[in-house]
Amino acid sequence: RNSYGKIEVVLLACGSFNPITNMHLRLFELARDYMNDTGMKFSNYKGIISPVGDAYKKKGLISSCHRITMAEFATQTSTWLEVDAWESLQNEWIETAKVLRYWLRPRPVLVSPSLGRKLEDCQNFSKKKLPSKVPELKLLCGADLMESFRVPNLWKLEDITTIVADYGLVCITRAGNDVEKFIYESDILWKYRSNIHLVNEWITNDISSTKIRQALRRGHSIQYLVPDPVRQYIEKYDLYSSESEDKNANVVLAPLQKITEEAKNNHNTFHLV
Amino acid sequence: MERYEVKCAPQQDCDASTKMKCKIPVVLLACGSFNPITNMHLRLFEVARDHLHQTGMYQVIEGIISPVNDNYGKKDLAAAKHRVAMVQLALQTSNWIRVDQWESEQKDWIETVKVLRHHYDELLKSLSKRKEATSSMVGTEIPPEDITTPTLTGVPELKLLCGADVLKTFQTPKLWKDEHIQEIVEKFGLVCVSRVNHDLQQYISESTILSQNQHNIHIVKNPVQSDLSATYIRQALYQGQSVKYLLPDSVISYIKNHHLYLEESK
Repeated sequence: RNSYGKIEVVLLACGSFNPITNMHLRLFELARDYMNDTGMKFSNYKGIISPVGDAYKKKGLISSCHRITMAEFATQTSTWLEVDAWESLQNEWIETAKVLRYWLRPRPVLVSPSLGRKLEDCQNFSKKKLPSKVPELKLLCGADLMESFRVPNLWKLEDITTIVADYGLVCITRAGNDVEKFIYESDILWKYRSNIHLVNEWITNDISSTKIRQALRRGHSIQYLVPDPVRQYIEKYDLYSSESEDKNANVVLAPLQKITEEAKNNHNTFHLV
Repeated sequence: MERYEVKCAPQQDCDASTKMKCKIPVVLLACGSFNPITNMHLRLFEVARDHLHQTGMYQVIEGIISPVNDNYGKKDLAAAKHRVAMVQLALQTSNWIRVDQWESEQKDWIETVKVLRHHYDELLKSLSKRKEATSSMVGTEIPPEDITTPTLTGVPELKLLCGADVLKTFQTPKLWKDEHIQEIVEKFGLVCVSRVNHDLQQYISESTILSQNQHNIHIVKNPVQSDLSATYIRQALYQGQSVKYLLPDSVISYIKNHHLYLEESK
């Protein structure tokens, strides 16, 4: 499939997908349109949805088996999106940086020497360095994920560095969002800013999994907010209720637990971004 | 029309045990260009129905989408046959909303109030047909006066469903006739889904007609806000951008197959 000269761009989205919504799917479409418009016109795109494992211990997180099934239903009509169960099949929660590493070992990236560098340069650069067709792998996220970099003990600095230095971020934001300021205020994000692509979502869309679950608990309609096969699947198995929302109610989120413990053992504090 | 199972007993007989039966049947009608229909249009119906049900007073029995006539003369308006076909495709997965072509089939553009009148007449017709069928079946059980007395037979209410922008256009000089606005809110009723940046309460208080009929105007808060509009869809299509997940796949295929919205008309 990889015709000559075409670079493969892989967009990886990590998250709960509890459940997957039209908003998640839109992130991919917006990212691809953006990449197409900014010099990667002739790329082959592949979008990967990687739902987090149950060991993440997030409140209200239902079984990954259901979440993966829903994501598969949701991507049925897409020509370029697929679901990958590797992350959710691990016994323990694993860091996003490791999921990226599973997909691709890091490849050299230019540390922004100039703001004017174009994406084509990146392509040529990678082609020269790595003659075999190695896809360009980027983490796709919403502004909320990037803002979560600030949450104490949620992310390790080295992992954030890996993500922005070795891979790259495509972040869908809204006009007036302070993501740019956030990058400016962070030394590590600023250093690798040329590897962070901010995509504006001009038409705001407030669909979130939290709102979907809330609507379901109240007996409200979720039609047209999630793909119809997903809605049917949720209704058939009555997946979201007050009971399911209480799952992991008093449990510490896996990353918080893990990073706090590691910090204790190493007598080492992890710095925030 | 199979869903007229809701029968209303006289108000005074409504005790707690029969409360379920006392709900007023409602039909929601949305008028507009639907050029093309988007998920946002479809959400208006879902949100409005949830809200009306939550009041405990209404049972929404049907939703009707009535695409505007070609002679409306709006810029970039695709032919009604296409707009109707797209609505039809979009509604394949709905079990309570249907498209109606009557408005688009008229020789000329007609006022919204006339569309409401037409559908209300149709509603009464189908209801009396049903009543006849029912009364001939059960024989003498239903007293004849019940059939003719609206309060006893629970005549469905027909309400105009609209977005916040429509309520705002009521203020636009010469766009609406005052007597039409009056008839819409007095005789039928409005269900208006709110949007950020639109202060519906203010629109209402600024208008005497609307204020006087406030009881007949239902303001529905949309829990999932969205700026999605048909204008944006057309723009994205002109620019060759993806509109997937903003409208049903079946509608996107239809647009592609019929080469709609390829270029903005000058």
